[in-house]
Amino acid sequence: MTRVLTPVFSRIAAAFLLVILAAAPVYAVEIKEVVSPKGIRAWLVQDDFVPLIALRFSFEGGSAQDPKGKEGLANLMTGLFDEGAGDLDSDAFQEKLDDAGAEMGFTADDDRISGAMRMLADRRDEAVDLLALAVNKPRFDQAPIDRIRQQIIANIKASERDPNTIAGRKFAEALYGDHPYGRQSQGTETSLTSVTRDDLAGYHKRVFARDKLIVGVVGSISPEQLAPLLDKVFGDLPEKAQLEPVKDANLALGKTTRVDYPLPQTSISMVYPGVRRQDADFFPAFIMNHILGGGSFSSRIYTEVREKRGLAYSAGSALVSRDHMAALTISTATRSDRAGETLQILKDEVARMAQDGPTENELSEAKKYLVGSYAINNLDSSSAVASTLIGLQDEHLGRDYIDKRADLINAVTLDQVKAAAKKLLETEPAILIVGPPQS
Amino acid sequence: MSQILSRTVAAFILAGTLSTAGFILPANAQTMAQLTAEVQKADSAGVTSFHLQNGLEVVVIPDHRAPVVTHMLWYHVGSADEDPGKSGIAHFFEHLMFKATKTYPAGEFSRKVAEIGGQENAFTSYDYTAFFQQVSPQALEMVMTYEADRMENLILNEDVVKTERDVVLEERRSRTDTNPAALLSEEVNATLYQNHPYRFPVIGWLHEMEQLNLKDALAFYEKFYTPNNATLVVSGDVDADTVKALAEKTYGKVPRRSEPGKRERPQEPEQNTKRTVSLADARVSQPSFQKIWLVPSYNNAKPGEAEALDLLSEILGGSTRSRVYQALVVKDGLAASAGVYYQGGALDDGTFSVYGAPRGSASLQQVEDGVDAQVARIIKDGVTADELEKARNRFLKSVIFARDSQAGMARIYGSTLSTGQTIKDVQEWPDRIQAVKVQDIQDVAKRYLVDAHSVTSYLMPEDGKPDEKIPSTGEAAPVEPQTEGVIQ
Repeated sequence: MTRVLTPVFSRIAAAFLLVILAAAPVYAVEIKEVVSPKGIRAWLVQDDFVPLIALRFSFEGGSAQDPKGKEGLANLMTGLFDEGAGDLDSDAFQEKLDDAGAEMGFTADDDRISGAMRMLADRRDEAVDLLALAVNKPRFDQAPIDRIRQQIIANIKASERDPNTIAGRKFAEALYGDHPYGRQSQGTETSLTSVTRDDLAGYHKRVFARDKLIVGVVGSISPEQLAPLLDKVFGDLPEKAQLEPVKDANLALGKTTRVDYPLPQTSISMVYPGVRRQDADFFPAFIMNHILGGGSFSSRIYTEVREKRGLAYSAGSALVSRDHMAALTISTATRSDRAGETLQILKDEVARMAQDGPTENELSEAKKYLVGSYAINNLDSSSAVASTLIGLQDEHLGRDYIDKRADLINAVTLDQVKAAAKKLLETEPAILIVGPPQS
Repeated sequence: MSQILSRTVAAFILAGTLSTAGFILPANAQTMAQLTAEVQKADSAGVTSFHLQNGLEVVVIPDHRAPVVTHMLWYHVGSADEDPGKSGIAHFFEHLMFKATKTYPAGEFSRKVAEIGGQENAFTSYDYTAFFQQVSPQALEMVMTYEADRMENLILNEDVVKTERDVVLEERRSRTDTNPAALLSEEVNATLYQNHPYRFPVIGWLHEMEQLNLKDALAFYEKFYTPNNATLVVSGDVDADTVKALAEKTYGKVPRRSEPGKRERPQEPEQNTKRTVSLADARVSQPSFQKIWLVPSYNNAKPGEAEALDLLSEILGGSTRSRVYQALVVKDGLAASAGVYYQGGALDDGTFSVYGAPRGSASLQQVEDGVDAQVARIIKDGVTADELEKARNRFLKSVIFARDSQAGMARIYGSTLSTGQTIKDVQEWPDRIQAVKVQDIQDVAKRYLVDAHSVTSYLMPEDGKPDEKIPSTGEAAPVEPQTEGVIQ
């Protein structure tokens, strides 16, 4: 019944649920690289079908950069970019943004601050002027800081007695120890209360820099029209970001965390080691995950847990890859009297995959799916294509990746997939069980 | 409130409906003219439609940007069409449509779609059940063949029904029984609607779901799954001639299987009371409230009323620029969230709701009073021409932005045509939005937002008390989420 009213609340608090983006091939779409006079690079897909422009960008440096004791700083900052910039206060800025027919949003994840604007092509100058103000001269006025901070605190409080939220937090702490990924990216009431205007301004200055910037643009705009706009928004930012180094997370696997609560279902999460997007065996692991419990209605876990036995509505696995961690996660929720049976089925499927790997037939079907699904999953709208452009650059995959991707997938051998299965699935996982006692 | 259930959690979220995206243009004549021209271009956008001999309606929406087509088959049957005592059968049957047919073994259609990297899913609401796939244009004939096949050739048995019934029971536990807000929302609908089947949850009541059986499923199939009770929408990289030829070759072979007849559900009596529903749960730590009214939908409103209600909800609480948000969240600092929602996309009566939750030291009562005051102010003084113009421009803008998503376009046409409306209604919506006058907004507010006929709901912490006493008249018993679902 509540609707999301500010981008602040879109932050995913639980630490391990982000699904990996395999970067996105854009068949039949030409990606141009545009370099502005001041040297800002962007990837552009020009397309005049709808008179709009979708612009996305990201800066390296997200919640993992929050200083100890100031958890939630990055997330709070992203709620403040439409709350006043330059000589426009919050109200004046939002009024102008509305009048320009543009939509602007910022979010933080652990590794990055991302921004997006969707605008009408013929009103792009007005819209981009506002974006330039927001990016370069956010005001961080005290009244909006206090208001957005209170909204976030209310949001944190709203879920503080929810057993699955409590469990997710406990699990994150158990998995990550004192690594920044294990902290609450929304922060806590105490940490948010300690954040000052100087903290926000300082953070903005350190992170919004040209060397860690990625830009993707899709829509009704030419390279010549885009170049000056890039300069307007990003051209005057500092040359270099000042980021604190973040260590790789060492996931504490092999332990089970239980949260007892008299719920009508028992939810089960399992965490195994994963692969990074840049690792050489990424595609073998990616294919293996697809067969084990990935996206389609024919994965092994889906078939065994749901189709054959009716034990759950959702059951599957996912690869998670962030800058400083990688994991394969499995999750489901089932009736509590059969939770033990369900957990055993999941373990059996993992063991079977680790031991024997997939069949030739499963491998060839998975390849066909993963090759064919790319356009469908990534070309549905201008915003989706713009996100794809960011993902491709983020992983340094190159503008020709789209053409190469099918070959990369098709080159994967059965032995490579079997090796990936052994490597990831022979480890004892971390397990989280939330539900009635003894389920 | 709308309630749409998908076959899996992975179901994709299709892009926004016509009236919810928020974009504004200044009230400036030249821009207005440009905007209108763009909107008209977006409206028609080469959309064509035709009927097959067997009564199936087909709509084609070309968009050649990417080699992808969205194929959606909308059956004009939802949970509000179920027989008494059979709540949940529409959604349960949607799940069963993925089983074996006389022609193909169970799972073959899904495998074929997966094999080419296609996406598929299905969802059920009060008024419709839709099945969709996104595939490359070359695979369109394949999905049409399988989709047409399962319209007439599904075979079910006791085992299949029993296993899938367990799946939907788990789905109910996941979505509703584990979620205090969802449980409360279910009770609110059962209170707001006194006679219309919108009072029953789409997923069904647990005790009735447990009894759904093979006979129920087959009877439902034979009555409602027929070409003359469906609309096919194909959007994306395809043209109308191709779709027509393929549709005749596939769906055209399916005979009219039944005559489901007019969709006449029991209608609502006059509402005469103010009702309160509250739920206290140990898992809730922040209280919140919602007030909801029965109002006309786009389908059953008098001309212009639904458009006025839509604009009213936008001005009152549709965005961060709205009256409610500005007053309660920004200026008075009372609310963590506050807003307004008009659900006008129903075959029968729709709903209008306002909601809020306090922040800091503010009480829930203060937030509720603040929202009430904003409603009262519009009833008393109406809105300004400037507010109306801005809200209107946001709606018109949303029409242009909607064109950016082929799946979103398919959904707009499919849902509209499944709730009693026509293609013309979709395409003339911008004109009708243009025609709304300042006075119309105040009129619908006065006519429909009558406090004495509202249902207010409170979601409360177990140990917390409402700030003021909650009227006891008509109060529903708090629901204990743990009682029904736990089998231990």
